[in-house]
Amino acid sequence: MSSTPKIRLRGLSKRFGAKTVLDGVDLDVAAGHGLVILGGSGSGKSVTIKCILGLIQPDAGSIEIDGRDILAMPRREREALNDRIGMLFQNGALFDSLPVWENVCFKLLAQKRITRARARDKAAEVLAQVGLAASVGDLSPSELSGGMQKRVGLARAIAAEPEIIFFDEPTTGLDPIMGAVIDGLIVDCVKRLGATAVSITHDMASARRIGDSAAMIHKGRIVWTGPASTLGHSGNAMVDQFANGSREGPITMELRR
Amino acid sequence: MNLILNFLATIGRGVLGACRIIGAVVLFALEGVSHILRPPFYPRLVGRAFVEIAYFSLPVVALTAVFTGMVLALQSHSGFSRFGAESAIANVVVLSITRELGPVLAGLMVAGRIGAAFAAEIGTMRVTDQIDALTTLSTNPMKYLVAPRLLAGTVAMPLLVVIADILGVMGGWLVGTAQLGFTSASYLTSTLNFLQPMDVISGLVKAAVFGFVITLMGCYSGYTSRGGAQGVGAATTTAVVSSSILILALDYVLTAMFFGL
Ligand SMILES: Nc1ncnc2c1ncn2[C@@H]1O[C@H](COP(=O)(O)OP(=O)(O)OP(=O)(O)O)[C@@H](O)[C@H]1O
Ligand SMILES: [Mg+2]
Repeated sequence: MSSTPKIRLRGLSKRFGAKTVLDGVDLDVAAGHGLVILGGSGSGKSVTIKCILGLIQPDAGSIEIDGRDILAMPRREREALNDRIGMLFQNGALFDSLPVWENVCFKLLAQKRITRARARDKAAEVLAQVGLAASVGDLSPSELSGGMQKRVGLARAIAAEPEIIFFDEPTTGLDPIMGAVIDGLIVDCVKRLGATAVSITHDMASARRIGDSAAMIHKGRIVWTGPASTLGHSGNAMVDQFANGSREGPITMELRR
Repeated sequence: MNLILNFLATIGRGVLGACRIIGAVVLFALEGVSHILRPPFYPRLVGRAFVEIAYFSLPVVALTAVFTGMVLALQSHSGFSRFGAESAIANVVVLSITRELGPVLAGLMVAGRIGAAFAAEIGTMRVTDQIDALTTLSTNPMKYLVAPRLLAGTVAMPLLVVIADILGVMGGWLVGTAQLGFTSASYLTSTLNFLQPMDVISGLVKAAVFGFVITLMGCYSGYTSRGGAQGVGAATTTAVVSSSILILALDYVLTAMFFGL
């Protein structure tokens, strides 16, 4: 493990209108490491990832990848950096105008690393890794079930063998067995590619499987980081409440009664 | 006093808002055009957009043109026969069609079809994160989604209008020969006699501008749409309304440029 972290966030802040979503997020992810981000719904997990991907411009703070500040980078370099990053969106975000196989090989085709003639075979190969038959490749995304869409999204995220992969709730909406399979796949991929993986999940079993470490975000800040294996008995009241899903504890949901 | 200040503030805010939107649209257009000129190019996407604009709009544009030509012939007959100027009917039909009605009516029809379709498609891609996904997949969304459509729209509209011109004249000819007692030959010679190349060319230039504006407004409203299905619906309406108004306004400007003074 090198001393500069693969990803380093400092004081990341973002507001939407009057609503402060991120309020000084500090986070380090070491190269080749798996980090899971936990946090309540709407706590800004997806926004954090989108900031790192350059899809949302943060109001303040710095984002470094391999020690270089990406917010100060010229656009061309920034785009080159995106070539090495993969992302699984929370809702799949598959292109519904394209068949599944073209979705899966989209990045390889865009980077001209593969010809269209070869892309079908390549897609079948990657689809097999996520437990989908090659025949799925000829369907359109709208013909797939939610769980299948998730797996196609995953296939698309890993097809170009990125160095950094973001998974936004990779197992939400899958049955428990498929969830475990996908977790296995993520771990596998990360090992095989030597990639750095940042995953968002609400599923504690999954978090322990795919994470080396975990970070908890609450009220726009990282309130805890630690080994993923200790989730549930970390000693931090907030994290343990979250991990065990109990109603009593320091986190109070803002519900009206 | 307060009332007046509030009133002025409201107007000021409206004007500033309008300026901001105009500026944003212009920047969007410039970026779109710059991507048309720089590789990578997406010929398949240009082709797909072209087929959608030109080929699938053909029936509706053709019907509009034929009926407009027919109505023009009838109307000018009922007007001109009062002072015995029936011979000018063919000229009136061909000039109105090539200079004005061909491009404007085809533009309005295409604005309804294509402006709405592009805004809905790109808007849906926006609210379902597909545009963000493009960025993470090493593809510039402006280049992939907007540039091919702008190019296709600018090229397709003049072609549609050539067809509309021909069919419009045919509509006039139908009424002229079947109802108004022209012989086929005399109608066609008087159609061609006074027609200047500029009449047709100005119409085609208008068509190209309208094609650009329609696709631009469709792409822009879709690209900037927010907030789920409702946002996409609003984007569709904006695209159709704004491109229709722009077509009519630009028609005046272009006419003044070509034929004014
Ligand atoms: N583009 C946007 N415009 C305005 N507000 C936004 C935007 N994106 C996110 N938000 C707001 O930011 C907050 C955090 O959103 P985010 O999607 O990061 O939540 P999350 O932690 O991923 O939650 P979940 O677990 O439900 O996915 C939400 O309250 C949301 O309303
Ligand atoms: Mg989220």
